Amino acid sequence: MALSREQIAQRIARELQDGFYVNLGIGIPTLVANYIPDGIEVMLQSENGLLGMGPFPTEDEIDADMINAGKQTVTAATGASIFSSAESFAMIRGGHVDLTVLGAFEVDVNGNIASWMIPGKLIKGMGGAMDLVAGADNIIVTMTHASKHGESKLLNECSLPLTGSGCIKKVLTDLAYMEIKDGAFHLKERAPGVSVEEIIAKTEGKLVVPDEVPEMTFS
Amino acid sequence: MSGFNKVVNSYEEAMEGLEDGMTVIAGGFGLCGIPENLIAQIKTMKTKDLTVVSNNCGVDGFGLGILLEDRQVKKMISSYVGENALFEKQLLAGELEVELTPQGTLAEKMRAGGAGIPAFYTATGYGTPVGDGKEVREFNDRKYIMEESITGDFAIVKGWKADTYGNVVYRDTAQNFNPMAATAGKITVVEVEEIVEPGELNPTEIHTPGIYVNRVIKGTFEKRIEQRTVRQG
Repeated sequence: MALSREQIAQRIARELQDGFYVNLGIGIPTLVANYIPDGIEVMLQSENGLLGMGPFPTEDEIDADMINAGKQTVTAATGASIFSSAESFAMIRGGHVDLTVLGAFEVDVNGNIASWMIPGKLIKGMGGAMDLVAGADNIIVTMTHASKHGESKLLNECSLPLTGSGCIKKVLTDLAYMEIKDGAFHLKERAPGVSVEEIIAKTEGKLVVPDEVPEMTFS
Repeated sequence: MSGFNKVVNSYEEAMEGLEDGMTVIAGGFGLCGIPENLIAQIKTMKTKDLTVVSNNCGVDGFGLGILLEDRQVKKMISSYVGENALFEKQLLAGELEVELTPQGTLAEKMRAGGAGIPAFYTATGYGTPVGDGKEVREFNDRKYIMEESITGDFAIVKGWKADTYGNVVYRDTAQNFNPMAATAGKITVVEVEEIVEPGELNPTEIHTPGIYVNRVIKGTFEKRIEQRTVRQG
């Protein structure tokens, strides 16, 4: 079975370490906040200018001046700090954020990522995505392995305009966890019940498959 | 006005001198921390052919979105413009130009502009359409593109409190682009919820020192929320 959105978030959460500053993109990455392992502390960075993002407010706590990068109303966690967008991107571009999780349309064997623009469709903008992928060292991209029509999103070369070049090293799809190095995807883990053959069939880019590919487990 | 007193009492006075074809830098992120009354004043003035620098362009009927209604904006420099049907229509009709700029690059362009730095190098956008046609330089085995800074004829800013000398404090994430915008205008206008006397704000907690600010006005704000998300209390 392909991973559910919640399972993708759960798997990513295992990459969190005690004391990490983490930026979570919009969509599935946001769900990672629900699966922070017990006994560790992480701080969530929101690129509009908040480090230490708390949960959504209660009806009584709603404040128009407290929003996250998705423009949703949020709260500040204990020990949070709030600052300008220039300060916020200094953290991101200066490599101070320990883990960045974001979605994409395509990723390729050279670590290129395309996530912001489909030619012919209306272009809404890149927001902070280009800064995040250029500034972070530790990035996990999450996306479905193939499109609804079965076309692979893991390519030898991205077909869409890039968000960043040579910056992605880890990809988690609904089928597999892979690392990118030396011009290839390296299969590390597979979703429960998903065969290596299915992953090979749905990966267009060069894929290195070890003899043993462990299955992810979920409680 | 006298001495360091920057307070003006009407929005006409606050935006006096704005002319067709000028560049206006606006603070705000989405609808959070936007100078909503200064924007409304620009609509009232019917100033045309404006270049507006702002992370977003408001929504239909609120924020910078209202300047599209009478086609006052010639060009937007923004990182994300996806919340606005009128924007989309004018863009597709070729009536509006947009220069999409990565959010961090946009913040840094304003900051650099205000600090007298004409350009800077960044890895953001290298190898993407944003880097097309821009100078590339290599530092420590990594490639960077040159980005030019931005200054404006006017900067319009939303603060929380200011003193009459123009020292400004922002509230929560309504800070966003406002402090950089404040530094980058030839004329910087700040509208706030409360004006206090000099000495009432703690000097160590001032976000924008008064040297950047030309005019201060007290307004009342709707503070519309774009995405109302709650948890059960």
